[in-house]
Amino acid sequence: MSNVTTHDTMHDHSHDHDHAHAMPTGWRRWLFATNHKDIGTMYLIFAMMNLFAGGTMALLIRLELFQPGLQFLRPEFFNQLTTLHGLVMVFGAIMPAFVGFANLMIPLQIGASDMAFARMNNFSFWIMPVAASLLLGSFLAPGGAAAAGWTLYAPLSVQMGPGMDMAIFAIHLMGASSIMGSINIVVTILNMRAPGMSLMKMPMFCWTWLITAYLLIAVMPVLAGAITMVLTDRHFGTSFFAAAGGGDPVMYQHIFWFFGHPEVYIMILPAFGIVSEVIPTFARKKLFGYSSMVYATSSIAILSFIVWAHHMFATGMPVTGQLFFMYATMLIAVPTGVKIFNWIATMWQGSMTFETPMLWSVGFIFVFTIGGFTGLILAMAPIDIGLQDTYYVVAHFHYVLVAGSLFAMFSGFYYWAPKWTGFMVNETRGKIHFWSSMIFFNVTFFPMHFLGLAGMPRRYADYPVQFADFNVIASIGALGFGLSQLYFLLFVALPTYRGGKKAEAQSWEGAEGLEWTVPSPAPFHTFETPPVFTK
Amino acid sequence: MNTTTKRLFTAACVTMVGLTTSFSSLAYNDMPGGPAVRQLNFSAPVTKIMEDIHWLHWFMMIICTVIFIAVFGAMFYSIFKHRKSKGSKPADFHESTTVEIIWTIIPLIIVIGMALPATKTVVAMKDTTNADITIKATGYQWKWGYDYIKGEGEGIAFLSTMSTPREQINNLAEKSDTYLMEVDNEVVVPVNKKIRVITTANDVIHSWTVQGFGVKQDAIPGFVRDTWFKAEKIGTYRGQCSELCGKEHAFMPIVVRVVSDEDYSAWVSSKKKEMASLADDPSKTYTLEEAKARGEKVYAANCQVCHQPNGKGGGAFPALDGSMVVNGSKEGQYKILLNGKNAMPKWSALSDTELAAVMTYTRNSWGNHTGEVIQPSDFVTARAAK
Repeated sequence: MSNVTTHDTMHDHSHDHDHAHAMPTGWRRWLFATNHKDIGTMYLIFAMMNLFAGGTMALLIRLELFQPGLQFLRPEFFNQLTTLHGLVMVFGAIMPAFVGFANLMIPLQIGASDMAFARMNNFSFWIMPVAASLLLGSFLAPGGAAAAGWTLYAPLSVQMGPGMDMAIFAIHLMGASSIMGSINIVVTILNMRAPGMSLMKMPMFCWTWLITAYLLIAVMPVLAGAITMVLTDRHFGTSFFAAAGGGDPVMYQHIFWFFGHPEVYIMILPAFGIVSEVIPTFARKKLFGYSSMVYATSSIAILSFIVWAHHMFATGMPVTGQLFFMYATMLIAVPTGVKIFNWIATMWQGSMTFETPMLWSVGFIFVFTIGGFTGLILAMAPIDIGLQDTYYVVAHFHYVLVAGSLFAMFSGFYYWAPKWTGFMVNETRGKIHFWSSMIFFNVTFFPMHFLGLAGMPRRYADYPVQFADFNVIASIGALGFGLSQLYFLLFVALPTYRGGKKAEAQSWEGAEGLEWTVPSPAPFHTFETPPVFTK
Repeated sequence: MNTTTKRLFTAACVTMVGLTTSFSSLAYNDMPGGPAVRQLNFSAPVTKIMEDIHWLHWFMMIICTVIFIAVFGAMFYSIFKHRKSKGSKPADFHESTTVEIIWTIIPLIIVIGMALPATKTVVAMKDTTNADITIKATGYQWKWGYDYIKGEGEGIAFLSTMSTPREQINNLAEKSDTYLMEVDNEVVVPVNKKIRVITTANDVIHSWTVQGFGVKQDAIPGFVRDTWFKAEKIGTYRGQCSELCGKEHAFMPIVVRVVSDEDYSAWVSSKKKEMASLADDPSKTYTLEEAKARGEKVYAANCQVCHQPNGKGGGAFPALDGSMVVNGSKEGQYKILLNGKNAMPKWSALSDTELAAVMTYTRNSWGNHTGEVIQPSDFVTARAAK
């Protein structure tokens, strides 16, 4: 795709000519970091820690659900775990990890020297550990952590102890961080592309992130508004969500899901971007239908604003409301389908090899599509009445958020780690990680479809004995899935940073794009002089 | 896959099969009107609406499966055929407006085809007019209250609490086949009659669900919503609260017994007699022993999940044994009982007799020995003072 003229890579970086930008060392390098690669790495480390915190909670949940009856946890603590598992995974693991990918890769992909607002970038990262400490620390508050589910539905969230206030402030902080990060990404992409790179020549990952950043800027303030109203209902005698004072509990749900539905696309669009980079590389063929991919992504983003109430079919909407939200939701299947077809058309008559990044991307398409189909089934209002708030929903959103977002991020890690570390990832270990994750993921979540159809409600600390067998299978799968990720951390990720087969600048045979024109590992400063991008 | 991966995979499979069989729930039977052991699909339909839902689900499953096989057939064909190791050379096509339009229009037509049959069912589900009997279901933390407000049985009202003993939940006793889905007072309705259910709640949002009827309706505090069902088969049907409502969320099931018209009339008259005999005379004066005995029952049904049978509480739930409030002024305790405080819901829905009895019980149990007897008339005054 690109014949690139770079002046930059010719420089010898051991004699850095630019003394004002000497690389800081020690803790100052990280605390005062303004370099996009350092900040990106910190985001990924932070997300990884949250992934394990949230994963531990998931395993405790599965431990309690291994058998009917209450064995290990009291129901009030169980509810705190389900709530914090959701909040930590969404706001602490998936979202920051994608921001990490954006920080690391967007400047390299568009030929920019760094992010537009380097100091704000530092601030948006360092807010996150504070927020996460507040969130996880809320377990120690009197009455424990928030236990109203990650959706924090009023009036249940109004009843909770101070753990709820800590969660609300943590979400405020994370929201502020996301908004700053998004503004940074929008400004970087719109202003700092290499000469010659028009928007429609930009890599797909940048496109998906540009659209995601707009979604974030649009909806994070909505969430902040909703939880602020919960806060004032709790402490200052307002009654936004209390009928006795003229409020309406269902209004909370409308406001929350106006944020919440675009939020799920915030967590999946960058994943689409990563897959759109990986598939062409290993098919050795250009991405099929580039412009239709851009339009499909934009349509998904726009539609995501008009489907929120499909989360609320059971609240008792008027018939016209149910029909509108059902139709609008089903429409999303169309642009999503276009993306799947384009990826398959990209593979078609390619010259494919199946290194680990490709395995994750193909796995992503396969398993994400199952989640897409269950989404379509749930969109049908009458079926949803049977399945709302059951394990079917739990299965559905784990198919799109774990097999979707998380699998795509693993694909991205295996794909770009050579550029970050200078070493190729061990292929055998990568494949063990892929196959064990893929198998255990399905062992965990596939039986949940049956549980949901049979009527097992979600967020239940205990269940009728007839549901026991599938819960046993799901718990075993969850343990296997958790151990697979521990294997990834200890035997794949950490060793890759320490050594391995040296990576070349062009780490993959079929890879195209500016990031592959700089050495591996990418030097501390890249593209100090913008490269000229010619198609 | 290389050999290490294969070996790991085999080991994982063997372990899983082993564990699954050793923990299997073969000892249990299907629950009548509830889930079957290892049930794979929706519960058997009892209403026309649920039949429609079954049909729609199969319709969707078949279409999705066909598309899935077609799309992934193409993908896996490509994966096996167009590999570098098989000498495949990359083609250089990378766009086609015609193809893009085709695979936008065809899925669009398919989703429209899916939405049409669903529309009919949505409209039918929302039609709550011309009901034979109207029942109000009120969600409480954590039980259901029912009031028959129109039609045969009008005036009947009762609370419906899970009857599964705590010993079963805490694994101290064998679990029954209806574990967690059984109640002390079942809702009784006649077969083939349109029943309108009005839902509301006292504290937080709950959700009234019976899967076999195809009914799920949130119960929202301060608002009323409605839904309906017309059960076509005699039997007992079960569901569970389906909106997170706090710590005992898993323990407030819904059980509906569908009976013949004659049985329903018989139930109505016996229930009315029972209610009349149970009605408390609010002007009665209780002795300490009477009030304590009554209060113990009220305590067991409403208070002990949080405050514990020994009155020691735990976590966010304060101990009553030795409590300043329980041993302090009566006014303080009236207020908390009637208005709630923090995690404590308000209990004003209980009768004056029940409130007086439970207050007497707490003031004269465990280490508390105030010797005071609270009379129902005290609560009449306390409510008025509020």
